[in-house]
Amino acid sequence: MSSSAVSEAPAEFAASSATFLHAKPLAAIFTGALIVAFFGLVPLLGNDYWLGAILIPFLIMSLAGLGLNITMGYAGQASLGTGAFMAVGAYATYNVLLRLPELPLPVSLLAGGLIAGLVGVIVGLPSLRIKGFYLVATTLAAQFFLEWMFNQYGWFSNYSTSTSISAPRLVLFGQDLNTPVGRYLLTLTTVSVVALVAWKLVRSQTGRSWMAIRDMDTAAAIVGIPVAQGKLSAFFIGALICGLAGALWAFAYLGTVDARSFNLDRSFQVMFIVIIGGLGSLIGNVLGAAFITLLPILIDHVADRLFGGAIDAGQLENFQKVLFGALIIWFLIKEPHGLAALLGRLLRRLQAIASR
Amino acid sequence: MSFFVETLVGGLLAGVMYSLVAIGFVLIYKASGVFNFAQGAMVLCAALTFVTLTENGLSFWLAFLVSLAIMIMIGIAVERLVLRPLVNQPQITLFMATLGLSFVIEGLSQIIMGASVHELDLGILDVPVEFGPIQLSQFDLVAAATAGLLVAVLSLLFSKTRIGISLRAIADDPQAALSVGIRLQVLMRIVWGVAGFVALVAGLLWGARQGVQFSLTFVVLKALPVLIIGGFTSIAGAIVGGLIVGAGDSLAEIYLGPLLGGSVSTWFAYVLAVVFLLARPAGLFGERAIERV
Amino acid sequence: MSLRKPWQAVALAVFALSLTASQPAPAQEAKNQYVPLATYRVGAYASSGIPVWAGAIDYFRYVNEVEGGINGVKLFWDECETNWDVEKGVECYERVKAGKDGSPVPIFLPHGDPISKALTEKSVADKIPLVTLAYGRTETIDGRVFPYSFPVVFSFWSEASSVINFIAEKQGGKDKLKGLKIVTLYHDSPYGKETQTPLAHLAKTYGFEDIQVPVPHPGNDQSAQWAKIRQLKPDWVFLRGWGVMTPVAIKTAAKVGFPVDRVIGGIWSGSEEDVRPAGAVAKGYLAITPFPAGADFEIHKKLKEHILDKGLSDLKDLKSFGSVYYNSGVNEAIITVEAIRTAQKKFGARPINGEEAQWGLENLNLDDARLQEIGAVGLQQPLKLSIKDHEGGGAGKVLQWDGAKWNVASDGWVRSDRELLLPLIYERAAAYAKEKGITLRSEAVN
Repeated sequence: MSSSAVSEAPAEFAASSATFLHAKPLAAIFTGALIVAFFGLVPLLGNDYWLGAILIPFLIMSLAGLGLNITMGYAGQASLGTGAFMAVGAYATYNVLLRLPELPLPVSLLAGGLIAGLVGVIVGLPSLRIKGFYLVATTLAAQFFLEWMFNQYGWFSNYSTSTSISAPRLVLFGQDLNTPVGRYLLTLTTVSVVALVAWKLVRSQTGRSWMAIRDMDTAAAIVGIPVAQGKLSAFFIGALICGLAGALWAFAYLGTVDARSFNLDRSFQVMFIVIIGGLGSLIGNVLGAAFITLLPILIDHVADRLFGGAIDAGQLENFQKVLFGALIIWFLIKEPHGLAALLGRLLRRLQAIASR
Repeated sequence: MSFFVETLVGGLLAGVMYSLVAIGFVLIYKASGVFNFAQGAMVLCAALTFVTLTENGLSFWLAFLVSLAIMIMIGIAVERLVLRPLVNQPQITLFMATLGLSFVIEGLSQIIMGASVHELDLGILDVPVEFGPIQLSQFDLVAAATAGLLVAVLSLLFSKTRIGISLRAIADDPQAALSVGIRLQVLMRIVWGVAGFVALVAGLLWGARQGVQFSLTFVVLKALPVLIIGGFTSIAGAIVGGLIVGAGDSLAEIYLGPLLGGSVSTWFAYVLAVVFLLARPAGLFGERAIERV
Repeated sequence: MSLRKPWQAVALAVFALSLTASQPAPAQEAKNQYVPLATYRVGAYASSGIPVWAGAIDYFRYVNEVEGGINGVKLFWDECETNWDVEKGVECYERVKAGKDGSPVPIFLPHGDPISKALTEKSVADKIPLVTLAYGRTETIDGRVFPYSFPVVFSFWSEASSVINFIAEKQGGKDKLKGLKIVTLYHDSPYGKETQTPLAHLAKTYGFEDIQVPVPHPGNDQSAQWAKIRQLKPDWVFLRGWGVMTPVAIKTAAKVGFPVDRVIGGIWSGSEEDVRPAGAVAKGYLAITPFPAGADFEIHKKLKEHILDKGLSDLKDLKSFGSVYYNSGVNEAIITVEAIRTAQKKFGARPINGEEAQWGLENLNLDDARLQEIGAVGLQQPLKLSIKDHEGGGAGKVLQWDGAKWNVASDGWVRSDRELLLPLIYERAAAYAKEKGITLRSEAVN
């Protein structure tokens, strides 16, 4: 029976993302095409619904997935406090925007992220003593406590009657970003920049020590890797990124938000993204987010098309829920290393065909 | 003072109700190493099945037996279709699979039995009877007795019978256990069946308290800190953890709530659990894992 | 895992996506009026929602089948599942807001307090009125600041005030409120906190003691709260619950020996779905509602004859016909239909868009004569909206559960002290306008 849990994340995960990197020329073309498509074509072609209700939440959830993947996929410290970190990011950014209006938007966002990162370090402290599933359980305390705190104390929401917060302004270089396209581009830019930084980071010394801690922390300590520092830095960076995601969720997506938007379900969703996408893989977050946020909407649209009106609406909804749950189980069974591993295999195969 | 005692007793009795749910988690964790989040969905499914059957004219015991049979079948199906294919996967993957499973069970239950709320009357009075300074209801006593009985029977099952000894052998060293001829799959089915039984008992008692409806699945959230405090592998720990959480929540809500603004019981049990974990990283009664480098 | 199978799945998904993306573009003039319904048929609150849409859909069908639509414009609708979840609600709103088959969206019914709050600003940008019957932010009553939010009929502030006035009725006059101890047991959420301000104000005005006791979500254990109430020994308990919190509160009240006929439920604690799970101990429990239960109203006779008996009803469980939530759906549909009808008077008998429906709502006048024609006397209170007043009614009936059904326990509609509270509401709306930099609409655009 496996007793220590998450810290055992098999080294294969690292291998699968490495495979993906071996397909470098292809990956570069792929990435380039993606950038052109997402920055150029999508804003031109997308309507309010696609931008506002599908792409923005999808991108933000990929970002949250990236944050958790740093903590969990790279450093092996599983956490169900993601929702709380997102909430801290959202409320902190709100308060910075409100109380220091002279700061430009990117600085306010980063400040919100940094505060979330610091909270992440505090939440990560038990990881120095507790491991595996019990550690996951301790992060739940943060999840429930912070959600309660933002709901309870009016100061955080500037004493708004509904304890919800809404962006005072979204202005960058004199441009009003409060249009669907503006909010989309803000989100996409943030996600791209963070992903680039994360990509550099996981390949640095820090990233390597994270992976050593993940694979076997006792051994890492023996060979002189500063384990405590590594664990806490992973919590810091992970929570910082989740905080950015939370701020975007509040201001670029919903426009107004209260702490319940960052409840335990959100934490579960992000955990799904990381596991289904692939632990220790950056591209996996995007794939996982597509699975978790886009698939239910897709199922809903298809079901409406095919059966709308013909089947009792309640039964249809329940059926969709069953289908989504079953698909999750099916994917975990069939591809336990996540969609990233699958993509890696596909690229390898394409490369093999190309080099033939 | 008497108010303090009353709050404390009320909390302890509420805690017993959490323990009932927590026991189901412990059973499955002991046998399969899975933190089975779908336990809440199983509680809902069991109660919904039972109440649908009685509303269609079945007697209490017949409905109980049929529901039990269905729960055992679900348990076996889950073991066969979800857990066996996922064997040797990291614990967190298994956990996420049980989350997916909870969607499936909740959805199927509601497809088959509908989304309405039902009253569940077990015929046990839930009105106060004064015992000196404290108030108890007949229902409280039945719930406490049921929990006590479950713990006693399950502890015996795990310590004295062949099944229990085999289970412990598997937990210690699966390879060795298999090689001496322990039939893992039969054992797993038995444990999942027993977990189904526990879910049914918890579903009936919770259903009688709050009605049979979807929110039965929320009881999981209170069972979690119970498990953390008691340890994932100890049945006795589930009871002790339940009592601590129940009493802690009630006292915190009364005495801490007014200072902090109320609703502190949403997080109090979890923070308490962290404090316990920092002192004992595997819960009060949990087994400490030994790591080999 | 073989590579082929998952990619087949992906290909299938892409195909399905292209299927949904290629919406047929109808250029022709639409003849029918589209009304989107945001519903929650799965999740924790499905049981309370299902009768609501049944009531609304049955009334829409009745308008189509028997009256031939609204001045000949037939209604059509589709559902979008929100799970009562903000994000899904926003997705639904974005999905439907462009209209369907050429018909614009006249009114959006968010069906969920948090969703309505999240849509407050979006709806202004899109010019689509949000009609929130007996929920939503109270200060959106002020249409000068919130042009597209319509907390019609019975806001949470009116709810609180009517409950106090009902207590006064029972005690024998408002002067008897002095010295009473009234506990509000509330769901600890923005919805639950909404009545704190008006109750504090009313307590100051009438001299009763206002004690607020929160219940954390979901509220499936309330032993601590009721131990406290037992110690406080209040004269009345005002129960503002949601979902499982209500039956647990009633059960726990009985368990600590608090008389349930001194517990008055709020709007969302007063349905059959709330009391049935509590069983026999719920007998005597009171609740205030703007949509009283009953299947004997004139409109119900027509619905029964033309819809239920012909098997056209959306109800799966016919015993919910005439239940509180079914009737709330009927009420909601009546307001929707009458707002469209009013707008048609100005803009012509054709599908109405959001901006026109806003005019229709702000000029809605459901007087006794019109209610008589609809057959909704007693079911719906007389309602007159204006730019300054997006609520219009402000009264509720108090029902009492007799173990099998609800009976009216109050002396007809219990009015709230709107004249006392409105200045406060306008003050808060003005503060919001200042914070957001909103310039007030003039009242005289009509």
